[in-house]
Amino acid sequence: MIRACSLTDLPPGESVRVVGPVPVAVFNADGELYAIDDTCTHQDASLSDGWLEGCFVECPLHEACFDLRTGVPTGPPAKRPVRTYPVVVSDGDVYVSVADQTAADNGTAEVA
Amino acid sequence: MKRIAVVGTSLAGLRAAQALREAGYDGALTMVGAEPHQPYDRPPLSKEFLLQGKAEQDGIALAITDDVAALNADWRLGVPATKLDTAAGTVVLADDTDIPTDGVVIATGGHARHLPGPSVAGVHVLRTLDDAIALRQDLQAGPENVVIIGAGFIGSEVAASCRALGLRVTVVEALADPLAPLLGPELAQVCARLHPENGVSVLYGTKVTGLSTVDGRVSGVRLADGRLLPAEVVVVGIGMRPATDWLTGSGLHLDNGVLTDAGCVTPLANVVAAGDVARYWSAEHDAYVRQEHWTNANDQPAVAVANLLAGRTITHYRASGYFWSKQYDAWIQYAGRTAPTDEIRIIDGSPEERKFVATYHRGDRMTGAFAINSPKIFTRTRKQLRANATDRSS
Ligand SMILES: Cc1cc2nc3c(=O)[nH]c(=O)nc-3n(C[C@H](O)[C@H](O)[C@H](O)COP(=O)(O)OP(=O)(O)OC[C@H]3O[C@@H](n4cnc5c(N)ncnc54)[C@H](O)[C@@H]3O)c2cc1C
Ligand code: FES
Repeated sequence: MIRACSLTDLPPGESVRVVGPVPVAVFNADGELYAIDDTCTHQDASLSDGWLEGCFVECPLHEACFDLRTGVPTGPPAKRPVRTYPVVVSDGDVYVSVADQTAADNGTAEVA
Repeated sequence: MKRIAVVGTSLAGLRAAQALREAGYDGALTMVGAEPHQPYDRPPLSKEFLLQGKAEQDGIALAITDDVAALNADWRLGVPATKLDTAAGTVVLADDTDIPTDGVVIATGGHARHLPGPSVAGVHVLRTLDDAIALRQDLQAGPENVVIIGAGFIGSEVAASCRALGLRVTVVEALADPLAPLLGPELAQVCARLHPENGVSVLYGTKVTGLSTVDGRVSGVRLADGRLLPAEVVVVGIGMRPATDWLTGSGLHLDNGVLTDAGCVTPLANVVAAGDVARYWSAEHDAYVRQEHWTNANDQPAVAVANLLAGRTITHYRASGYFWSKQYDAWIQYAGRTAPTDEIRIIDGSPEERKFVATYHRGDRMTGAFAINSPKIFTRTRKQLRANATDRSS
C-alpha cells in the first residue's frame, strides 16, 4: 500500500500522480476513486494530466480515452489497456495497493 | 444500406468502419486501401519511428488484430481505387475489380508533394510507412549533411529526429515566417527558436532552385542566391495534395479536396468524405475548410457515417481545431481558430523556459490556446474553449 494523498487534496474532478514502483494516477470521479497506471500505453503522456469525464480519462496528448474501471481504451491511438489498482481510504488518507494489481471491480473505493 | 465501401484505410477509413459497426450497420463492408499495410498511425513516422529501435511497425498499428477482425470487413489492401462509377454504383479498383456498393466513404487522405523533376536517390518525401522506412535507412547510414526543404511541422519534426540521431541538419524555407499565419508572429518565433537552440540552422525566405547529383545520387541543394548546400540526404516537406485523382469524372465537386456540406455529405447522399481529403462547409469559418490534423481525421468519420446511414445530413461536423507536434524536447499543442492579430496572453509558465500555456483573444472572446510542455493546463483550457463554443452555438 502506498499513501497517495489526503482525501481533501483529491476533490471530485481532480487527479494526483503517485510515484511508486510504477507511476500511478489516482482520480476522484464524482466521489468514486480509481487508480490506474499513470503512463499512457500509447506514448509517454501522464494520464493524471488528462481530462476526467465520468469514469473515463482522456489522455492529454492524443485523446485516447481509458475506462477507469477496466483500464481499457475506447479507441485509437491507444490499443493496450492500462492496469487498474485497488484504492482504499483510511483515516482521511488515500492509499493505492500497487503490489496487488487487480481486475477493475475491486479497483474502486466509495468515498463515504 | 446493404453494401458500403470505405476507400482509404488509414485513420479516417478505420474510424469510419468502426463508426459504421458501432452504429449497428451489419451489411457488407469493403475496405479498399492503396497501401499494403493494415491501418497505421502516421504521426510517429517523422518522430520516434526515425530513431532506431523505437516505435517499430507493430507499435504504430492503429488497431490490434482482434479489433480489426471484429469489424468483419473485406480488406482489399495494396490495390488503389481508380474510379467511382456513380451510374453503375461501383468502386473500380486498379486490378479492374468492380465493387458494387450502395454507399461510399471517401477517406483517401493525400499524397506528399514532390519537387518537380525526376526522382533522385537520397531525396525523400514523408507520408507513408514505406517512405519512412526508406528515409530511416538513409539516415541511419550516417550522412554528413541532411537538408530539409520546408520548415512546416513535418520538416521541423524530421529536423529534430535527425538531431536526435546526431546528424548535421540545415532547413531551407521559402517563407520568411512560415508559422506566423497560423500561430501569430509571437508564438511562431517561440517555435522557430527551437531549431537554433538545438543546433539546427534554418534559412528563411530562401528558395530552392535545384539539386546537384553525383552518380545519380543527390550531393547538394542549389539555392536561388547561387549557394550550393552539400547534402547526402534531402527531405522534402512541402505539404500534401488531397488524393482525389481517382474521383475525376465521378461528378463530385473536386477543388483542393472533395467538397461536402457541413455534415461531410457530397451532392450524392450516399457518398461521404472524411479526413485529410474532405473539404467541408464550415459555418464557423463561413467557408469550405480542409484540415490536415490527426484529431480531425479521428473525429470526422463518425459524423460522415451517421449522415450516410441516415440518407441525409442530420448532424454537422464541428472541428476541435486541436493538433500537436513534437520537436526536440518540446511538446507543442494548439487548439482553436485564431487570427494572427489576436491578442496573446501567457496564462501559465514562461516561453523562455519552454514550458507555458498561452491563450488567444479577440474582443472578449477566447479564440484559441497554445502550449509547450504543459499538457494538463492546456487540456483544461482546450476543454473550456470547446465549452464556450458550444454555448455560443446553442
Ligand atoms: C509524417 C507525418 C507526421 C504527422 N504528424 C502529425 C502530428 O504530429 N499531429 C497531427 O495532428 N497530425 C499529424 N499528421 C497528420 C495526420 O497523420 C493526418 O491528418 C492523418 O493521417 C489523416 O488521415 P486520413 O485517414 O484522412 O488520410 P491518410 O492518413 O492520408 O490516409 C489515406 C489513405 O488512403 C490511401 N489512398 C489514397 N488514394 C487511394 C485510392 N485511390 N484508393 C485506395 N486508397 C487510397 C492512402 O494510401 C492512405 O493509406 C502527420 C502526418 C504525417 C505524414
Ligand atoms: S500518449 Fe496517450 S494517446 Fe498518445
